[in-house]
Amino acid sequence: MSAPAMPEKVAGIMPVKFEKFGLRHYLICLKGVVLRECLRFLHQRERFISSLVRPLIWLFIFAAGFRQVLGVSIIPPYKTYVLYEVYITPGLCGMILLFSGMQSSLSMVYDREMGNMRTLLVSPFPRWFLLVSKMLAGVSVSIAQVYAFLIVAWFWGVKAPPIGYLMVLPALFLSGMMLCALGMLLSSMIKQLENFAGIMNFVIFPGYFASPALYPLWRIQEASPLLYKICLANPFTYAVELIRFAFYGQIDWLSLGVVAGCTVLFLAAAIIAYDPSRGLMTRKQDTGGNA
Amino acid sequence: MAALDVAGVSHSYGPKRALNDVSFSIAPATFTVLLGLNGAGKTTLFSLISHLYDTRRGSIRIFGHDVSRASGEALRRVGIVFQARTLDLDLSVHQNLSYHAALHGIGGREARQRIAALLDTVDMQGRQHDKARSLSGGQMRRIEIARALLHRPSLLLLDEATVGLDIQSRAGILATIRKLVETEGIGVLWATHLIDEVEDGDHVVVLRQGELVAKGKVADVVGASGAGSIRDAFSRLSRIEAAGIAEISP
Repeated sequence: MSAPAMPEKVAGIMPVKFEKFGLRHYLICLKGVVLRECLRFLHQRERFISSLVRPLIWLFIFAAGFRQVLGVSIIPPYKTYVLYEVYITPGLCGMILLFSGMQSSLSMVYDREMGNMRTLLVSPFPRWFLLVSKMLAGVSVSIAQVYAFLIVAWFWGVKAPPIGYLMVLPALFLSGMMLCALGMLLSSMIKQLENFAGIMNFVIFPGYFASPALYPLWRIQEASPLLYKICLANPFTYAVELIRFAFYGQIDWLSLGVVAGCTVLFLAAAIIAYDPSRGLMTRKQDTGGNA
Repeated sequence: MAALDVAGVSHSYGPKRALNDVSFSIAPATFTVLLGLNGAGKTTLFSLISHLYDTRRGSIRIFGHDVSRASGEALRRVGIVFQARTLDLDLSVHQNLSYHAALHGIGGREARQRIAALLDTVDMQGRQHDKARSLSGGQMRRIEIARALLHRPSLLLLDEATVGLDIQSRAGILATIRKLVETEGIGVLWATHLIDEVEDGDHVVVLRQGELVAKGKVADVVGASGAGSIRDAFSRLSRIEAAGIAEISP
């Protein structure tokens, strides 16, 4: 069927030429994606409450009990003995970022099943930009949750140096990016929402417990050299340490390097996974042959 | 230049072939019905045109822009209404539309003006602050059509847009889309298995189990198939085991 000539009256109306996308258009797109994530979060109050209650339970109940049985020696960045509540606060910040990162991956799987994800993926902006925007949106929401937790912790008597609350922001941002990128990568591999329970068992819990979030690494090394090695191989370990040092205005360069490196790695893998020509998103496709 | 040019497209899910060497084109400002029973390959074709899947065999061009090589330019020219509902139910109508506008780099006053105008076009004015969750199926479809038109596409793809709607809603949506073809000069590819949505002046493309079995104007397809009506023609074409293509020039 050949295409008939365009009617004259139509030829004048049809907008065939489009303005080339500039920085302004990219910023509009980024703002739209971040705003949508924030609006969704505000509309889901249960999500906000549960994200706050989880670390607070650890702080109010778990830490109160463990304070008596688990001593923490003077280890950097601390210059004196600290309460166990103070020790686990960076880990609990990491926990919020970890759960939030995985939550955003859950929402991507949900969006994909419900069809909402398609509206994002058929945008004319480059796929990598859309995914980075989605990540930035997820991190923005995560950081807001962390600060809400820190405010409650402050009233509970868990206080960092005032400047630490500002210094920790870049560490939270970078750690959040790494965990969101990991969540995005995982979301590309999960075919159904039901499979998300596997993420809880195989990513969140091992990632959290095999880290210095709850106990210092030297204690883990004493208890189990193998577990210590696993902790060292766990990127979440470095996110927690990056946050811990940042609270005291210090940079743990090893942690910074590992977290930055893992962010780039996970993000690149997620972008490839969501690329229709290379990724895992498409079901097995024809590779040539018997057409 | 064709609004949409599909050339020799094949697609498989593992060993299962969903589309086999499908070729057709759509002229600007025409209403083309993509007819096929469930499983004919309509949704796969839509996923390829919208670059959700990569086109590995053949090529798809939208106003001359290859969907695989220049997906951004191609996607700017196309508006899509998917078969599944894709509105965010927790957000209001306006928030849903603003989000889509942002995904096309349209913001601020321009987005607000376009949203207001399009809600008028789809007869949903006054509902912009309602939650999407509170809308009926037909109203959601209207909002999705408004959303697909926000960036002023020259080609509109609708995948089973009237499925699950009552007769009145179906007729209303179909009339809205047909009017857009006349007044705005938009080319439309309307995928359906409902034969009563086809009108005499339409072009049709008939898919059967991934094979293109007929394409052309309704009268020509009916004539070539030896049937008395498009309903009979579709029925025959959908049953033929080893169908050749009924090629009819407009």
